[in-house]
Amino acid sequence: MKVLVPIKRVVDYNVKVRVKADNTGVDLANVKMAMNPFCEIAVEEAVRLKEKGVVTEIVAVSIGPKTAQEQLRTAMALGADRSILVETDEDVQPLGIAKALKAIVDEEKPELVILGKQAIDGDNNQTGQMLAALTGMPQGTFASEVNVADGKVKVTREIDGGLQTVELNLPAVVTTDLRLNEPRYASLPNIMKAKKKPLDTKTAADLGVDLTPRVTTEKVEAPAERQAGIIVGSVDELVEKLKNEAKVI
Amino acid sequence: MSVLVYAEHDNAALNKVTLSVVAAAKEIGGDITVLVAGKGCGAVAEEAAKIDGVSKVLCADNDAYEHQLAENIGDLVAEVGADYSHILAAATTTGKNFAPRAAALLDVAQISEISDVIDADTFKRPIYAGNAIATVKCGDAKKVITVRGTSFDGVAAEGGSASVENIDVAKDAGISSFVGEELAKSDRPELTSAEIVISGGRGMGNGENFEILYKLADKLGAGVGASRAAVDAGFVPNDMQVGQTGKIVAPNLYVAVGISGAIQHLAGMKDSKVIVAINKDEEAPIFQVADYGLVADLFEAVPELDGKL
Repeated sequence: MKVLVPIKRVVDYNVKVRVKADNTGVDLANVKMAMNPFCEIAVEEAVRLKEKGVVTEIVAVSIGPKTAQEQLRTAMALGADRSILVETDEDVQPLGIAKALKAIVDEEKPELVILGKQAIDGDNNQTGQMLAALTGMPQGTFASEVNVADGKVKVTREIDGGLQTVELNLPAVVTTDLRLNEPRYASLPNIMKAKKKPLDTKTAADLGVDLTPRVTTEKVEAPAERQAGIIVGSVDELVEKLKNEAKVI
Repeated sequence: MSVLVYAEHDNAALNKVTLSVVAAAKEIGGDITVLVAGKGCGAVAEEAAKIDGVSKVLCADNDAYEHQLAENIGDLVAEVGADYSHILAAATTTGKNFAPRAAALLDVAQISEISDVIDADTFKRPIYAGNAIATVKCGDAKKVITVRGTSFDGVAAEGGSASVENIDVAKDAGISSFVGEELAKSDRPELTSAEIVISGGRGMGNGENFEILYKLADKLGAGVGASRAAVDAGFVPNDMQVGQTGKIVAPNLYVAVGISGAIQHLAGMKDSKVIVAINKDEEAPIFQVADYGLVADLFEAVPELDGKL
């Protein structure tokens, strides 16, 4: 079966972002960019399903700037067979991305779509659910285990109270949580091979999709900084401070 | 304006986070209706009717809603929500699961995890793991919103006298089914509503060592959390994770034990009133956000602290 893996180019998770002085956003100039960590987990899961013989083809897709080609090449170095870039310089938002992905799903007809549960820039946690709604597919969000068998997929989900397992008809959407797997690193030979794998570029107009943002950002501010505290010398001093100064115990 | 609040519950009792969502609804303004969907959830609807400021409760009691499957709840909320200007749910794993689905069905954006209401169209929400706070404005006629519970003080659970109306809307998409669940059983307070939270990190070394935290927590009536490192290492289950992608907590007292303080962890706890860090590495970034830091071996400091309380 075919699996579609949508991925996003974001600020590298090790970068501590800074808010721009004019409060229009965060400063992304000369900042290291990378594949969103949850998307890496999605690619890895697809590759493992292919290694198990469940999946025959992995198509990576990204909706974003031209530079997102780098992340698609990474996905192909990790094991995706080919990729599609829907190129746009628009401030893409989950609903627009979900609509673009629906158009790709209509063309590609994958039996499984695996994507990250959220991107670490917008922290929205919406795209997979929206894509599932638009395509009428069931969804297994925040997955920590995925098992495909007999035309269905069983997904164990990380929920607030513990773990929940659901069974979904295929085709289905799965969004990845942290503990689904530990992504591999791309080997040099695979990075070289990925350069020759097909990468199609499309536009939103090709797909007949409107990516105009629905939500506008009025202002971006730095969060309130915590005041620097003190280092206490002993457990006794800590207890004394908590009782008499902070009055929390 | 009219706001539909989706009630979070386990078919038996209302989850307190719903009171915070109603608080956010009050700030938006207009009539507040609470939707209770579940199976055998009549008692929850009665409880919701008593919430301060709620004018009506809709109760959708059906087998299809027993396990809050997103396919069914998404369809229900999209249909019932069509009559409201705002649809609010808690930013819990339940709300995050169905709300974007309902939003897409209604062809509107979702505004995730708001931490403040500016006006009916404008909200604040954390982005980049809380390293920036965005003020966003949504032009859609209808707003689907998830609410960060710890950012709003819950309204009173008693004092209201809303009417309860049973609605017969059965949405069974028939494309997903519930198989089972493993829920953590604990007598300790739930992390997101606990007054005191004690969390352990990689420095705990293993799961057995968390016993010293449980002992201290029981003495203080505290909830126990963990960093991602401790969960990834298999010391404790995922439902204990505090951080950007785990639970967001804001207790009166947060005690971080053997936690270095990665930004993803800080995102989940830095709104706590008082933060204590116990770590033997004095360079650990957790000390930069702690009100009281103790540079010590946790295996000596925690039992000593336990003994002195």
